[in-house]
Amino acid sequence: MRLIKTLAVVASLALPGAALAVQPDEMLADPAEEARAREISAGLRCLVCQNESIDESNASLARDLRILVRERITAGDTNEEAVDYIVARYGEFVLLRPTTGGWNWLLWGAGPLMFILALGLGIVYVGRRSKADAPTEAGLSDDERKRLEEILKS
Amino acid sequence: MITELGHFALILAFLVSLVQMVVPLIGAHKRWPGWMAVAEPAASLQFFLVGASFAALTYAFVVSDFSLRLVYLNSHSAKPMLYKISGVWGNHEGSMLLWVLILALFGAMAAWFGGNLPPTLKARVLAIQASVGAAFFAFILFTSNPFLRMSVPPFDGQDLNPLLQDPGLAFHPPFLYLGYVGLSICFSFAVAALIEGRVDAAWARWVRPWTLAAWMFLTIGIALGSWWAYYELGWGGFWFWDPVENASFMPWLFAAALLHSAIVVEKREALKSWTVLLAILAFGFSLIGTFIVRSGVLTSVHAFANDPERGVFILMILVFFTGGALTLYAVRASAMEAKGVFSVVSRESALVANNILLAVAAFVVFVGTIWPLVAEMIWDRKLSVGAPFFNMAFTPFMVMLGLLLPIGSMIGWKRGKLGRVLRSLAPAFALSIALLALVWVMQGGRSMLGPVGVFLGAWLVSGAVVDLLSRIGQSRDYARLLRLPRADWGKAVAHAGLGITMLGIAGLMAWQEEDIRAVQLNQPWTVGDYEFTLLDVKQVQGPNYFSTMGEVSVVQDNGEIAHLYPEKRNYPVAKMPTTEASIDYRFLRDIYVVIGDAQDDGGYVMRIYIKPLANWIWGGSILMALGGLLSLSDRRYRVAAGARKLAKTSAVPAE
Repeated sequence: MRLIKTLAVVASLALPGAALAVQPDEMLADPAEEARAREISAGLRCLVCQNESIDESNASLARDLRILVRERITAGDTNEEAVDYIVARYGEFVLLRPTTGGWNWLLWGAGPLMFILALGLGIVYVGRRSKADAPTEAGLSDDERKRLEEILKS
Repeated sequence: MITELGHFALILAFLVSLVQMVVPLIGAHKRWPGWMAVAEPAASLQFFLVGASFAALTYAFVVSDFSLRLVYLNSHSAKPMLYKISGVWGNHEGSMLLWVLILALFGAMAAWFGGNLPPTLKARVLAIQASVGAAFFAFILFTSNPFLRMSVPPFDGQDLNPLLQDPGLAFHPPFLYLGYVGLSICFSFAVAALIEGRVDAAWARWVRPWTLAAWMFLTIGIALGSWWAYYELGWGGFWFWDPVENASFMPWLFAAALLHSAIVVEKREALKSWTVLLAILAFGFSLIGTFIVRSGVLTSVHAFANDPERGVFILMILVFFTGGALTLYAVRASAMEAKGVFSVVSRESALVANNILLAVAAFVVFVGTIWPLVAEMIWDRKLSVGAPFFNMAFTPFMVMLGLLLPIGSMIGWKRGKLGRVLRSLAPAFALSIALLALVWVMQGGRSMLGPVGVFLGAWLVSGAVVDLLSRIGQSRDYARLLRLPRADWGKAVAHAGLGITMLGIAGLMAWQEEDIRAVQLNQPWTVGDYEFTLLDVKQVQGPNYFSTMGEVSVVQDNGEIAHLYPEKRNYPVAKMPTTEASIDYRFLRDIYVVIGDAQDDGGYVMRIYIKPLANWIWGGSILMALGGLLSLSDRRYRVAAGARKLAKTSAVPAE
């Protein structure tokens, strides 16, 4: 999990701007709670921005959401409860990491399924090639083929 | 006047491309040499006409001719000259003109350097290339004309987006387009081969240098874009899995797969139909990328145009070319019979594995990119697919690729000996595992991200070294290393570069430190091993911006190691603020300093990031591109040598 969290914190999208995203006055006094707030907000999408998390956004709505997340943490919510609280109000659009619910299993499964399929096809292909007879008929005449081999060797 | 000439040249280029599309195709079908011969001069003429048109637009930007709508919207008289020029492609219309310029350039180069191609293949390749060109000329002329005038010219322009006024970004689009528009020539070769019904080793040999060149430029383009994001966006992010970034990344992955599968066709006459399919897919994804960027169906920070009419036009181009090529593929692919026979343990199989991993990785990126669109259209669910998804779903395939690469790249063709390869790689593997363990202990056993990155980096680099050393055999005659073919060096350098990039990404993500706080002048604070002091904050005026510039001293072990000047700029014409981070670049880490807002008590918000191994990401990318260049310089030599011999056999029947 630690790996995923690190990835989430570092790789969310930022837009530039004068006011930088997280401001010192928003931060919680307790470093552990602040770290949780950062982690949660890195996974939440800023609604008025395009493709950036509230942790990086300079929009005032993102600031409001950051403060809301911190309020939920001080109120004693777990990370999941805090995220659910936001999702209940703003919809699943805010989740940068989509859920696995509904048809979304297809999104998460697409890579592994395609990999298995491709691996299967690859194995069949390689298997067939390793058993195939050496080519008997060629598109090139012997003479042409000899010349081609000369070229390929050079 | 010059503008009108440029406009006229563009229309002429469109007409030439129509001729180049139709006449050689008929000529090739009917075996009429005269008709086929039209292709070459037409390709040159088309390129010169688009070149003239592009030069005319550039001239309008250089002299700040605000009677031109495009110049008015994207330029300003006070803008530095470099950005006046880069402003030509810093907008939708101008960048489309650059797009067709590069398309025509590749067509012309195929005409100039394709002397050894059989005449029918050459005519067909140039005709297909021209058909893509014609579609985009029509797109520009009918929906995105850069040469439109304004009835009342304003006094001054609205300035280019300040984020784009940057040397890194000035050169990013040309490289990117050289890359993914360059894949068009591979597409043309693939479609021409399907029409001819023939794919052989010689075909692969012609296609491979183009793929290498396109992939190399794409690597540089993507690296430049990511470096720009790193230093310009104010917090050092380098990759966001944004739809537009993905749009350039998917063709890169397909091009990487293509340049490996083309080796198999070239050396062993296997994987033929797959290679043709890859060539179609690689350019198909370039078109999908163009569609994503220009249509605005997927919201993105980079998108230029949000115009449904343009989107529909590009969608039609996309459907026509990829749909048409794939239909042709479905009809003709069965005619391409594999010839080479190889055992399960062989270089061929290893390259099949390479292609599976790269293609599946590209597929994951594709599904993640379009999923929000699919979910909204089918299930009416508004959702986001962000970086966390891609990091989880994409990374495993790259790790597998890294693990297999050194082994696969050393296995012999046709029938390899796995035991021998593993024995020679054993020291490299032991070294990499030792480094993994060392790093894991040093960082105190936190996440595995850093150690795994170190392992992959060491494994790929040392694997490349072992591969090179194995080429000189037992002789230990190191001078022979220099006499190895450049392609061998290219392969080793590119693979090592991939390892270094992987190491940089993992190291930066795992070990970055961040500090945000409000500070007063001359009151030092500590981040990591460094002590920072904000010495001064000045207001400075630039050519077309105002800046708040801080002066920060960085002290380590009682000695000052850097003096940094982070800025916060305001561009009054474009009404946009930007942050200019100040970075102390070092081999093992960057210190990244950003100045924020003034506080009520006279202090400033300061952000400090310590970014380990950041430069390795781009260093590795440069090595990858250099590997491509080395390989390309080797190929060109051999292709030219082949040309002389082939000239004698140019009567090869084309089926």
